[in-house]
Amino acid sequence: MTSTTVPAAPPAFTAFSPDNWRLALIAGIVISAVAIAALPSGVAFWITGIMMALVAIAATMNAVRRRYYGGLLVAPAIAVLFVMNIFPLLWSLGLSFFAYQSNQQTIRFVGLNNYIKVLTNDLAAKDNWAALTNTAMFVVFTVAAQMVIGFLLALLFSKQFPLRKYLLILVLTPMMLSVVAAGVFFTYYYDPTFGILSYIMREMTGEQFILMDNKAGAVAGIVFADAWMWSPFVMLLVLAGLVSVPKYLYEAAAIDRVSGWRQFRTITFPYIRGLLMLALLFRTIEAFKIADLVILLTKGGNDTMTISYHLIRIANEQNKTSEGAAISYLMLFMVIVLTNLYLYLANRRTQGN
Amino acid sequence: MVDKVSIWEALGFRKASGVGEAGWGYTLIVAIVSFIYFIPVLMIIFMAIKPQDVALSVPPTLSPTSLFGLIPDAYVFSPTLENFTSVFSRSMTAGGAPEDTGFDRYFFNSIVIATVSVMLALVIGTLAAFGFSRYPLKGNDTYLFIILTTRMLPAIVVIIPVILMFRVAGLSGSYIGIILLYTAFNLAFTIWMMKSFFDELSLDVEDAARIDGSSEIKVFFKICLPQVVAGLAATFVFGLILTWNEFLFALLLSGTDTRTVPVAMNQAVSSGGRGTDWTLLAAIETLFLIPVFLVTFFLQNHLLRGVTFGTVKR
Repeated sequence: MTSTTVPAAPPAFTAFSPDNWRLALIAGIVISAVAIAALPSGVAFWITGIMMALVAIAATMNAVRRRYYGGLLVAPAIAVLFVMNIFPLLWSLGLSFFAYQSNQQTIRFVGLNNYIKVLTNDLAAKDNWAALTNTAMFVVFTVAAQMVIGFLLALLFSKQFPLRKYLLILVLTPMMLSVVAAGVFFTYYYDPTFGILSYIMREMTGEQFILMDNKAGAVAGIVFADAWMWSPFVMLLVLAGLVSVPKYLYEAAAIDRVSGWRQFRTITFPYIRGLLMLALLFRTIEAFKIADLVILLTKGGNDTMTISYHLIRIANEQNKTSEGAAISYLMLFMVIVLTNLYLYLANRRTQGN
Repeated sequence: MVDKVSIWEALGFRKASGVGEAGWGYTLIVAIVSFIYFIPVLMIIFMAIKPQDVALSVPPTLSPTSLFGLIPDAYVFSPTLENFTSVFSRSMTAGGAPEDTGFDRYFFNSIVIATVSVMLALVIGTLAAFGFSRYPLKGNDTYLFIILTTRMLPAIVVIIPVILMFRVAGLSGSYIGIILLYTAFNLAFTIWMMKSFFDELSLDVEDAARIDGSSEIKVFFKICLPQVVAGLAATFVFGLILTWNEFLFALLLSGTDTRTVPVAMNQAVSSGGRGTDWTLLAAIETLFLIPVFLVTFFLQNHLLRGVTFGTVKR
């Protein structure tokens, strides 16, 4: 990279210039602190907001003058994420160390007691562990099913053939359904009296068929609905990788009479690995949060309670805000370990080849 | 190799070599698989045009036509458009006069909120992805991972602080609040997806342009962006589908004026204590499906070509 002019030197700390972000930051913190202490919360909120904007402007000026493009480009995204996600997350992390219920005014510092309670308290811990093992089971089943079905569908659509475009959109449609409607309609399909599934089974075996009356059936019903909805997501990402493989590689392989499996392993797989990884990552994260289908299909009955649904009950229905926060941070810890493992394995593979 | 055309291939079945174009025989196989996959959606659409009295009949009615006598009469129903009009106007009390349900407003809200927030996330996220890809910061991977973690926690954990924050800022029940929240909600996926596209582009062209004296802004708009147009389309479609159908945030944060269709759908179907109104739910869902279906259909070519572009190896 070449640059025609040398970036300007950093401003002196005391200089009153528009790009002196350090001075702006300190002034902002002092003024906001005074405002929060002395003024009503509504006014203080807006003063703090204005101060944050001032610091942001100073930092932007600084970045422009010093050609600090990376920071400049990333800043808006970080700002939105900070306000809407990271700040609320830190807030609830803080709440997890207090005894707080959203329907009461009192708040009391309890240290790690919430964490100890959800991990060791006889009653609560038992529910939590049951919900956690169920969630792990759903993650394994749904993600495995989605990867396999999505992959097979992608293989099917990887060739050019007449009407491909119109058939592809049919397979993509389940992903576009609202979960509320899809979930409610699956209760209808599975319904013992009116449902199409029970009707077919009744005609075939002559006996009453109830899918959701035991754990295996309930899990199968939920996994089927979830896999059906989200396999197209995996399919689309894998398909994108498959169509990007240069054709000449296959032609060369055909001349050398390379076996089908080896062709797949050495030619196809390297092209889809990145996208497969992205699909796996996002589907695992989403599967960990599975709640809506469980709520709609079983309401947690037949031992299908998941950790995310359990959390909704604790935090929303029982108003145990801080206990819910503690559970969710333990859950976040597990998801972070899992995704880091994924990313580590993915990177090692890439470097290994 | 000797080219011997078997009867199998003459019928349109090609050997699975991954090369070239398959024929109509292959189309038939894919059509059968696709149709089976589509059946649950088809049943929702058919439910939307069923008369209410046969909605839950046993055996289930399966088709609006007998397909020239192919399907026995017991499984055929006569289609009606009544359910669609009752989405927008129906009597709320038994025997009462038809009232406006406000669904036109909810559809408008859904369209505005989803479009604006996905576009906003796309602009901000693409800039950030370009930054992460071309000008790595100190601890670049850590930033990316923190961004990913914002997608890991269930919405319920973020929601209580967000509700309190919105209340203080006077944003509860406003368009700005929910749009900003959805923008943040879409950013993680947008950044990760667009970064993987930028990462795969060849750097040679960009460097050549820089040596010729192009500014960084020109390099981004004239060289990089045109190459990832299709990636933008793919990200837009995924983001739109997720935002369009989002339920929990919308339920807890949208006011009566900014209510989106999934929330209204849930209320319309479960209110009244008469159990689920199947034909009404199906009609709402069918109408609600049309916009995303059309967007996906028209962006489909970009979707496949785009991601293709992204994965061309350096």
